[in-house]
Amino acid sequence: MKLRVQFSKLGKVRFTSHRDVARIWERALRRAQLPVAYSEGFSPRPKLSFGLALPTGHESLTEYLDIDLDSERAESVDVAALPGLLSAELPVGITATEVVAVDARTLSLQQAVTSCTWQIDVRDIDAQTAQSAVHAALAAESIVVTRERKGKMVTDDIRPLVFSAAVDTPNEQVGPDQGCVRLLAELGTQPRAVRVSELLAALEPAPTEHKVLRLHQWVTSDDGQRTDPMSLGAPSPAPARVS
Amino acid sequence: MGKATTESSSLWSRLEPLLPQVQKPARYIGCEDGAQTPTHGDGVVSWLLTYPDTYEIGLPNQGLQILYEILNERPDAAAERSYAPWTDLEALLRRERIPLFSVDTHRAASLFDILAFNLSAELTYTNLINCIDLAGVPIHAARRGDSDPLIAVGGHCTYNPEPIADFVDFVVLGDGEEAVSEITEVVREWKRAGKNSGTREGLLRELSKLAGVYVPSMYEVEYDGPRLAAVSPRYSDVPATIEKRTVADLADWPYPKNQLVPLTEVVHDRLAVEVFRGCTRGCRFCQAGMITRPVRERPAEQVRDMISQGLRRTGYDEVSLTSLSTADFSGIQQVVADTVTDAGCDQVSVALPSLRVDAFTVGIAAELQRARRTGLTFAPEAGSWRLRQVINKLIREEDLYGAVESAYSQGWRRMKLYFLTGLPTETDEDTLGIAELARNCVELGRAHHKSPSVTVSVGGFVPKPFTPFQWFGQNTEVELRRKIELLKSDLRGTKGVQLKWHDTRATLAEGITSRGDRRLGPVIEYVWRHGGTFQEWSEHFSIDLWLEAMAANDLDVDWYVHRHRTEDEVLPWDHLSAGLHKDFLWQDWRDSLEELGLEDCRWTPCYDCGACTGYGIEHVVASATPPAGGSQGTGLDLSAGGSIPVVLQSRRPVGAARE
Repeated sequence: MKLRVQFSKLGKVRFTSHRDVARIWERALRRAQLPVAYSEGFSPRPKLSFGLALPTGHESLTEYLDIDLDSERAESVDVAALPGLLSAELPVGITATEVVAVDARTLSLQQAVTSCTWQIDVRDIDAQTAQSAVHAALAAESIVVTRERKGKMVTDDIRPLVFSAAVDTPNEQVGPDQGCVRLLAELGTQPRAVRVSELLAALEPAPTEHKVLRLHQWVTSDDGQRTDPMSLGAPSPAPARVS
Repeated sequence: MGKATTESSSLWSRLEPLLPQVQKPARYIGCEDGAQTPTHGDGVVSWLLTYPDTYEIGLPNQGLQILYEILNERPDAAAERSYAPWTDLEALLRRERIPLFSVDTHRAASLFDILAFNLSAELTYTNLINCIDLAGVPIHAARRGDSDPLIAVGGHCTYNPEPIADFVDFVVLGDGEEAVSEITEVVREWKRAGKNSGTREGLLRELSKLAGVYVPSMYEVEYDGPRLAAVSPRYSDVPATIEKRTVADLADWPYPKNQLVPLTEVVHDRLAVEVFRGCTRGCRFCQAGMITRPVRERPAEQVRDMISQGLRRTGYDEVSLTSLSTADFSGIQQVVADTVTDAGCDQVSVALPSLRVDAFTVGIAAELQRARRTGLTFAPEAGSWRLRQVINKLIREEDLYGAVESAYSQGWRRMKLYFLTGLPTETDEDTLGIAELARNCVELGRAHHKSPSVTVSVGGFVPKPFTPFQWFGQNTEVELRRKIELLKSDLRGTKGVQLKWHDTRATLAEGITSRGDRRLGPVIEYVWRHGGTFQEWSEHFSIDLWLEAMAANDLDVDWYVHRHRTEDEVLPWDHLSAGLHKDFLWQDWRDSLEELGLEDCRWTPCYDCGACTGYGIEHVVASATPPAGGSQGTGLDLSAGGSIPVVLQSRRPVGAARE
């Protein structure tokens, strides 16, 4: 049996790394005494798989984790009670918001997710300048970035993966910190995830990143239907097998 | 989320924008499981317990965690923690004029009554000064006023606090469990009286009367040429000798009860349970073994409880049983068996950080690491039996080969062997004995594996205060390098043996501070003023700075480091006491030069080193007979253990000293 967990990462804990979060989860699951399946062999590890890494320092409302349960003891698990149970064992700022049982054959998070929506608060720029910088970037035919990969410099065009970008309409109640402008952007993750920092570096003038929040992770099917990873894996009758 | 508009003591809102600009920002957020957010206020003495190195090194420090809990259990105390910010954050803090802060509530260091530092390594001394400076406190104790925090230090290095005497207000010698409460009470009364101006001196004088508390400014130092003539109290009510503190029974101190579980990676990322404190193996180079006597075992039942509760609470899958030689713990086999078979602990592995060198120990290790066979580490310390007798590390070659054979046959492939070089009386033959042992170990491994591997790790020996070797002149850096070159060329082309060595220049810098006197203060300050922080880190360490600092202060490196001390010489730490009689240490030094080994007094009659008799305490061990393999190669019959004056799990100190 496989569980898919949605969790948020907010506040001070946003400064922990992706690896840190993996260790935090391993300990939390042991504390919650969830019957997690372990790998075989020399050095057994709990069978957990995390979705797209969240850059250290970014917050998120939608992180995901798949947990393989030990098939013999999985029956005893009350899935509905899990968000509360797990959140109690997690540090302040990491909260399990939803847990569903998913089909064991569900596509992995890494493979399934096609894009993310980001809320990006930037400083050292005013709203109007930001607006025109975003327009200019979207109007460009290509946005070429150079990055280091395995010791080599690689050049990429990220323009096709910038699905949308805009300055958010100011809202008195839930606006960004003073002196900041809020952007919203949907960035593709296949074949590789475009980073918020890459988008900001492509703006002219490039604003300073203040706070970044991942709002959504999307799964887009071939026919253009958008869902989220939680609804994707809902258990369904096994498809008829072709023998 | 808008900005906080209310005035608060937290620096978080100023710190937060800096964190995306630094490496490993999780070092600075706190939020660990077990972290506390104590309430500060009048009548509450606030302590900032600080480890003067990075978070990942400092967080696991058990001493700091124990005191953190003990203090926070008191209604009149509040304790928070701090660690040295890495150089990237330090630069930003200085630029933005943000002071050193606690990680618990991000409170400014200068708002605390006491900044207490754990000093476990001499090369952190410049970080101590840096942290005091970052706190916004004058680095010299003499320049501090009534409103400044008190700067306190504790930990193994403080058995010779003279090199840092200028920078600290008081030192706590030995176990801190009881002392911190007594200090809290004295400071609380001083606060209640209003911290009136001109009363700081009086407070320090009061503190100096507490057992185990040393206030350097209450003592006058006299020199006779380069030599120290005397360190004597300025006032008649200040003690002439400061005795270390020793808790009589660990059973009374089941701490930490809520070990901190960090959110980010640290050096020992696992549960730690201290199974005993003190060691009487009597290794002559080992300061820890000398200054922490006598042996005080924790009752096995309490160890089991601390393990099972700790694992359940923390979610760790690994527990380390800590002590100076865990295989010597009475009933170690039973504790291990219980832990491994304990229901729900099926995925738990147990680490023994200090393995004894014998097959028995490997047997235990095999039971412990059923799941993961990573590597085993042994510390023979010297390459020949002769030299091992000199240093009283009484391991025969048969013991080592037995242990190694046993390890290879039980599935281990990698072995690590620790050695010291630059030991008293060491000849090239002894040094080359290291290579010989390593080669033989690999050879033993070949019977079991295709490519067995032995890593030989060699450190330069630094003589430490309160050891029989405190009179020994340290090898020069050139000599240490020569010995390492000797080993390197002897091992060249040897398959399966990797040689690693500690930077001999760092060994020299440690030698400068290890046995120095108060004249070293300006040297440490010089190194700090010239950017020499994080000297424990090879990328920041600079021997040139240290040598420059010595020269600038007209001090002779040879005199401080390489010179043999004489019997009649006043040592800079003679006014402090770890319980050990100086004449016992001198006799042990002479015995060492005669290549005479000394047995473990846990299981043989007392030879009156002073550590028990002086304080009216005794060993607390559950078994009066040595554990299997416990002769550690002395070849002596230790079965007469029953007649030994050993207290069987006494919960109280045994009244007066034995006559």
